[in-house]
Amino acid sequence: MDLELLPRARCTEILETARKEAAAHGVTDVEVTVVAGSEALTRFANNGIHQNVDERSRHVSIRCMQDRRTARAATNRMDADSIRRAVSDSISILRVQQPEEQLPALLEPQATVDREVHRWTESVARCSPAARATLVREAIDLARQSGLTAAGILSTSETVEALLSSTGLFCYHPQTMATFSITAMDDDSSGWAKESSTDLAALDVRALARRAVEKAVRSRHPQELPPGAYTVILEPAAVLDLAGQMFPDFSGTSMEDQHSFLTGRLGEKLFGENISITDDVFHPLQAGPAFDGEGMPRQRLTLVDKGVAVEVVWSRIAAARNSKRPTGHGLPLPNEAGELPLNLVIAGGDSTVEKMIASTTRGILVTRLWYIREVEPFAKLMTGMTRDGTFLIQGGEVTTGVRNFRFNQGIVDMLGKVEALGEPVRASGEETFDMVCPAMKVSEFNFSEVTKF
Amino acid sequence: MHDIAKKALAAALRTGVSYADVRLVDERHRTLTTKNGRVGRVASQESLGVGIRVLADGCWGFAATDDCGKEGIEAAGRLAVEIARASALARIHKVELADEPPVRMSWTSPCAQDPFEVSVETQLTLLLSCDEELRREKGVTLSETSMEINRTRQIFLNSEGSDIDQRRTTTGAGFTAYSFGAHEIQKRSYPNSFGGQYQLKGWELVEELKLRENAARVASEAVALHSAVQCPEKTGHLILDSSQLGLQIHESIGHPIELDRVLGSEANYAGMSFLTLDKLNHLRYGSEIVNAVCDARLDHGPGLGTFAYDDEGVAAQRVDIIRDGQFRGYMSSRETAAAIGQTRSSGTMRASGWNRIPLIRMTNVSLEPGAQSLEEVFGGVDEAVYMETNKSWSIDDKRYNFQFGCEIAWEIKNGNRGRMLKNPTYSGISTEFWNSCQAIADRRHWILWGVPNCGKGQPEQVMGTGHGASPSRFAGIKIGGGHQG
Repeated sequence: MDLELLPRARCTEILETARKEAAAHGVTDVEVTVVAGSEALTRFANNGIHQNVDERSRHVSIRCMQDRRTARAATNRMDADSIRRAVSDSISILRVQQPEEQLPALLEPQATVDREVHRWTESVARCSPAARATLVREAIDLARQSGLTAAGILSTSETVEALLSSTGLFCYHPQTMATFSITAMDDDSSGWAKESSTDLAALDVRALARRAVEKAVRSRHPQELPPGAYTVILEPAAVLDLAGQMFPDFSGTSMEDQHSFLTGRLGEKLFGENISITDDVFHPLQAGPAFDGEGMPRQRLTLVDKGVAVEVVWSRIAAARNSKRPTGHGLPLPNEAGELPLNLVIAGGDSTVEKMIASTTRGILVTRLWYIREVEPFAKLMTGMTRDGTFLIQGGEVTTGVRNFRFNQGIVDMLGKVEALGEPVRASGEETFDMVCPAMKVSEFNFSEVTKF
Repeated sequence: MHDIAKKALAAALRTGVSYADVRLVDERHRTLTTKNGRVGRVASQESLGVGIRVLADGCWGFAATDDCGKEGIEAAGRLAVEIARASALARIHKVELADEPPVRMSWTSPCAQDPFEVSVETQLTLLLSCDEELRREKGVTLSETSMEINRTRQIFLNSEGSDIDQRRTTTGAGFTAYSFGAHEIQKRSYPNSFGGQYQLKGWELVEELKLRENAARVASEAVALHSAVQCPEKTGHLILDSSQLGLQIHESIGHPIELDRVLGSEANYAGMSFLTLDKLNHLRYGSEIVNAVCDARLDHGPGLGTFAYDDEGVAAQRVDIIRDGQFRGYMSSRETAAAIGQTRSSGTMRASGWNRIPLIRMTNVSLEPGAQSLEEVFGGVDEAVYMETNKSWSIDDKRYNFQFGCEIAWEIKNGNRGRMLKNPTYSGISTEFWNSCQAIADRRHWILWGVPNCGKGQPEQVMGTGHGASPSRFAGIKIGGGHQG
C-alpha cells in the first residue's frame, strides 16, 4: 500500500534531506521515523453529542548516530529547514554524551514484514462526521427507549508509520482503528461496553449499546455487600485492565534493572496450569506494525507456557548487554525502558461467561475495573475499583446489582486461582492498551472496601 | 504567528457560525533522563499547529491541523463547521456561553534563567552526578533521574475580539532510588514521585531543589526500608507531608469540583462527581479549619496551573472551593457556568496542545496554610503515623472512596519520630477524610507542588496541575489496609 496520507516517496525525500544535513556535520548514520495521522472522535453525554473533534497531524523524528553515541530530535514541521534543524539538534545533543559500548549499529534492510499484516480498511478511513453522528444517535436512542442516559465515544483513525534509515531500511505500516464505548446510566446504576477494531464493519454499535443498557437496567437498586474474598467472574475488559498491568515486567531491561516481578523467577511456575500467554503481532485480532522501534521484525514469542514464565522480550541493546537474542520488541532509541510486549494474547478455555455464572454458587460478576494502581511491585499487588455493572451471583444466576468494591489483589496470586476461561476476544478497556484475552472465573478475589454507589 | 492565527479565525467564520476561537500553539520541549549511571533519553521536540473551535447550529465542532499553510487552515476551518453541523444530528440543546468581555493582551511567565539556554552538557552532568550519588549507597539496585523543560507560546483569537498572546516556561526535575531485596522492591524519590517537582519557572527551580545534596539521604532510606517494620493495619491519627497531601487534594477535591464531570460530560471515561449541584453551599466538605481555593493567578505562586488567561480567553481567577469547611464553588467554563445559571466562567478551560479542545482542568487547587506550627501538627496527639511521598493512588469514578500508598512512613510518639514503617497505605471516603482534619501547618511549610500527569478527556489530554499544601493531621483514618491485601 502507498497512502496519500504519507506517500512512500515523501518518506524517502525526508530521509534524503536528513541524510545530506547529517553528512554536512560529518555524520553518516541517520534513522528517520515519520508518522502521519488523522483521528476523529465523536463524544456524547446526556443523550447528545457534546464534543466532536478531528486532528490531522504529522511527526518526523530523527535519530543520528556517531561513535556509539545517539540522540533524537523531533518536529511536526515538514519543510526542509525544520528537518535540517532537527538533524542539527540531534547531532549537537549526541556530541555531549559518553559512548555507549553496546549501542547497536543501524539496522540493515530486514526480510520485509510489513506486507504480512493488513490493518487498513476503507470503512474506517472514509467515515464522515455525519456517519459517526448517525451511529451515535442510534446508540443514544436505544438508551433513551429504556429511560436511560447514555455517554460514550465513537472514534475513527487512520495512521501511517514509516521507519527508514541511511543503511537502506524501509518499514511502512498503514493502519485504521475504530473504537466505540458506551456507558448507560440510571439514577443508581450503570452499564458499560466497549470494543475496537481495524474495520468499522466489525464493530456492532447497536449490540454494544444493548449490552450497556441491559447491564444498567439489571443493576438498578444495588445492594451493599460486605468486603471479603469472593469468587469473581471477570469479563474480558476486566481481565485486560488488571492482567495488563504486569506486562511491562516481561522485558529484558526490567529484569536487568531488577525492577520486574520476574527477577530471579524466570522458569518458575508462577501461575496456574491453564495460563498461557504469547506476544503475537500476527494474531488476526491484534493491531500494530510487524516491526519494532528500530525496524526489527517482531517475533511471535511465548511468555507464559502452562503457568511457567518462560521468556521475556529483548531489544537489540539489552540483548547485547545480556548475551540474548533480540526479539523485535525494542522501543525507539534512545530510551531507558528498553522494550515492551505490545501484542498480547492470553489463551482461553472452553467456558463462557454464561457457563461460569451457572457454575457459581455465590460470587460477583465484574464488567470493568477502574483506576488500577500498583501497591507492591514484586507481588504485583494492585488496587482499584469495580465500575459500571457489578452483580451478585447466587445459585448459578445473576440476582442483583451490588455497590462497587475496592480490590487489593495480587496478579500473580490471581492467575494461580483461575477456575475457568472463556474464548479470547479483542478486549478494550481504559487502563492499558487493547489485547486479546478471555473472561476468567477466579476464586478468592480480595475486595477490601465498598464505596457509596 | 499572528497572521496564521488570523487566517485560521477567518477560515472558521463561515455562514451559520455563531462563535469561533482559534489557538495557535508553538511548543518546544527537552527531556533528559539517566539510569544507573548511563544517559537514558536525551531528546528535543518542537510542535506547531492550530486548533479551530466553532459553534454552528448550536453545537461544537473542532478541527486541528499542523498544516499551517493557506490550504491546511482553510480545510480545518471547513471541517470544524462540518463537524459542528454533524453534532446537531444528536443535539439535546443549543450551547449557550456565559458572557466574557474581549481582551487584547500579551503575557510572559516569570523565568529568571532560561532553561533552554543552559547547555545539555550542564544538565546531564547534574543528573549524572545525582545518579552516581544514589548508587554510592550499597543496596541501591536501580537509580533514575530526569529533567523536563517546556516552553509554549499560544495565540488565542476569538470571534468576540479577544487577542491573547501568552508564553509559559515550565521546568521539572527529580530522581528515584530503587532497592531490590529477596522478595521486595522498595523505592524513595526526591523531591516527589512522578519525576520530582515541576513549576512555572526556569533553571532557577533546578537550583532551588538542591538535588545532589539530597541524593545520599534518599538512597539510604530506600535501602533501610527493607529492614523497616511493616506499617500496621489500624485506625488512628495520620499526618501527611505536603506532597502527598497535594495529591490527596488533587483526587478528592480537585477532580470532584470539575463542573463538566458534575454535569455528566466525563461519565464514560473519567467519571462523574459526588458533588451534585444540590451540594453547593450546603455540604460540610471538611472540618472548620479546611479552606481550599482554585487559583490560577501568579499571586498564588508559580504553579503548573498558573496563567494569565485560560484557553477560552477568561482571566485567571481565585475561587473559593471550601471556606471554613463548607463547599462553596466549582471550576467552570463559559458553557457550564451558563448551564447552571452562573454569570461568569471561573476560567479553568485548558487544552494540552493545539490538537485538543479545552476542557475544565485543575489550575492550582490548594489547601490554604493553617494556624498551627509544625510542632503542633506532630505533637498534638500521643500517637500518629507520618507518611511521605506518594507511591500509589486510586479513587472511584464519583470520587468517594480512595486509597493511597506512600513510599515511607514513621511512627510518631509525643511529637517525635519513632520506627520507620514500610509499605504504608491509607484509605477512606473523601468528605469523611476532610472532616477529620485536625491540624494544618502554617505558611512556612506550605509548598506549591506540580503534578505533571493528570489525565482527562477523550482523546486523552495530559495536563500539569498545581497543589499547595502544608503538612496536616487527620483523625480516625484507616491505615495499612491496602498492603494487607
